[in-house]
Amino acid sequence: MKLSLGPITYFWTKEKTLEFYEQVAKSPVDIVYLGEIICSKRAVIRFSDWMEIGEQLAAAGKEVVMSTMTLLEAESELKMMRRICENGRFLVEANDIGAIQLMKGKPFVTGPSVNVYNQRTLAKLAKVGLCRWVFPVELSEETFADMQEDRPEGVESELFAYGRLPLAYSARCFTARAHNLPKDDCDYKCGEYPDGMTLSAQDETRFLSLNGIQTQSAHTFNLLAELDELRSLGVDILRISPQSEHTLEVIEAFHNAMQGEESPEEAAARLNKNMPTGPCDGYWHGKPGIADSVLDNYK
Amino acid sequence: MELVCPAGNLPSLKAAVDNGADAVYFGFRDDTNARHFAGLNFSPEKMAEGVQYAHDRGARAFLALNTFPQPEGWGRWQDAVDRAAEMGFDALIAADIGVLDYACNRWPDLNLHLSVQGSATNYEAIRFFHENFGITRVVVPRVLSLPQVKHVVENSPVSIEVFGFGSLCVMVEGRCLLSSYATGESPNTFGACSPASAVEWRETDKGLETRLGGILIETVEKGENAGYPTICKARFEVGGNTFHAIEEPTSLNTMEMLPELQKAGIAAVKIEGRQRSPVYVKQVTKVWRAALDACAKDPEHFKPKTEWLAELAKVSEGSQTTFGAYHRPWQ
Repeated sequence: MKLSLGPITYFWTKEKTLEFYEQVAKSPVDIVYLGEIICSKRAVIRFSDWMEIGEQLAAAGKEVVMSTMTLLEAESELKMMRRICENGRFLVEANDIGAIQLMKGKPFVTGPSVNVYNQRTLAKLAKVGLCRWVFPVELSEETFADMQEDRPEGVESELFAYGRLPLAYSARCFTARAHNLPKDDCDYKCGEYPDGMTLSAQDETRFLSLNGIQTQSAHTFNLLAELDELRSLGVDILRISPQSEHTLEVIEAFHNAMQGEESPEEAAARLNKNMPTGPCDGYWHGKPGIADSVLDNYK
Repeated sequence: MELVCPAGNLPSLKAAVDNGADAVYFGFRDDTNARHFAGLNFSPEKMAEGVQYAHDRGARAFLALNTFPQPEGWGRWQDAVDRAAEMGFDALIAADIGVLDYACNRWPDLNLHLSVQGSATNYEAIRFFHENFGITRVVVPRVLSLPQVKHVVENSPVSIEVFGFGSLCVMVEGRCLLSSYATGESPNTFGACSPASAVEWRETDKGLETRLGGILIETVEKGENAGYPTICKARFEVGGNTFHAIEEPTSLNTMEMLPELQKAGIAAVKIEGRQRSPVYVKQVTKVWRAALDACAKDPEHFKPKTEWLAELAKVSEGSQTTFGAYHRPWQ
């Protein structure tokens, strides 16, 4: 089983991003997904910069995948998607069907926002070049097991195993809205929230995290405690989604548990302490996403 | 432009057809469509009757089969495709790649539309669905501005349908998991946003409290309008302020934009609201029929009549309407 690092979903400075990937290069992660997948306005890191980061990570022995945007509206965004799809050097993660169209039969990965909910979808995409898919986050272990049984040959299964869950995308920027700013004149407010802005329900339940046009869970999904089960299901890759703090520790914890150096339960419990809001794993167990099996908190 | 109207039951279907709908869309009584609510939708018998009623009066019948099957339930979607083909539906509105793949292989003559739940916001995605499954129309998500819609029309190999009126999804359809995060069930997996079983209303001193999956998402004071509780239209606390952090409880009304939509080459305008009453369907269809006819006749001088807007305001959810994303500043 391999370990991957998903694309950064937040708007970090170029310095922080470069420094982050320097550390990632030394970490025990196997696969690194790169690129801006949320908002095309966050263009402080250009395409050529991403390719350079990719080269550095490749030189450090990492498999590099370039990720495309999730919600594409403007022609300029399609243009960037074309550049990524035609990069000719690294594998591509399609986060929208549009990118699959551009791959024209070349190998590609589908990210969590491409709805692959059944075997027939998986088989069809395999015919047009799918070589790896990320299991949609709202689906359960039961569905994953069914999908694994009919998995087309040569297609790897990747599971979103750690991080704030990607829940929704909009044309509207909620970070700008929270600052009473229009999206076209957003002042790049999302840059002030390296892990998103927390949204709480009226009973003070910390509920969601606003990340520009994306809405994430406030809780951090964590499947590390289920490691043995994931192995028996034949998961090929476990994905960690970056946060501004502790991501390297998360990589270490997963790696150690995978190597048998620490029990998965202990390592998972240790990670739970550093989460911005707390853990959740409800989706995997067929429950509301916010629920957590250890806390047993589903009302 | 074609007028495509919703029907949650046979009386609504008849109301749509009798009041000028060019096409009416409806679904089976299960999780194969995105309005899976108790007491709504069609048994196979009623469905056949509905198709016949529409055809006898020159209207087209579309089947909404726009949720995402998982392996365990796959058979239900496959049966629904087979039945739609056998019943003579004029189009199948689907979102899932597997369902589209099955439909176009098993029933090559069946006309396929890509549902709004298919999340196709750009022409490259549309080309994928066209080249792989031969779709003939796309319903585009309610996230594009008018210039963006025009750009899609100019580059799309198939005709484009837009939402004109009704409830407004703020999130890209087909990619919104907010409901399942709180309740375990989403439009994708269950065919409903905020399924009724997860909604709880409680009268308190502070007002009417609404919980979704046990989470308090709204408190409505006496005299305030309490709409159906969806996460995207509730009030939350962000950065020390409690407000409609995602969207106000508004609904969509694009009537004023009709000349522009017509000029842009939009093929059809869709009315949302299969969960609404036959009275809603009747009033909205009637008004929109009149508006579309007026716009087709004289687009230059088209202006929604005050009485039309008054009629629509009566049935709108929430007190306000919006152009939504069609109007750039909304974004």
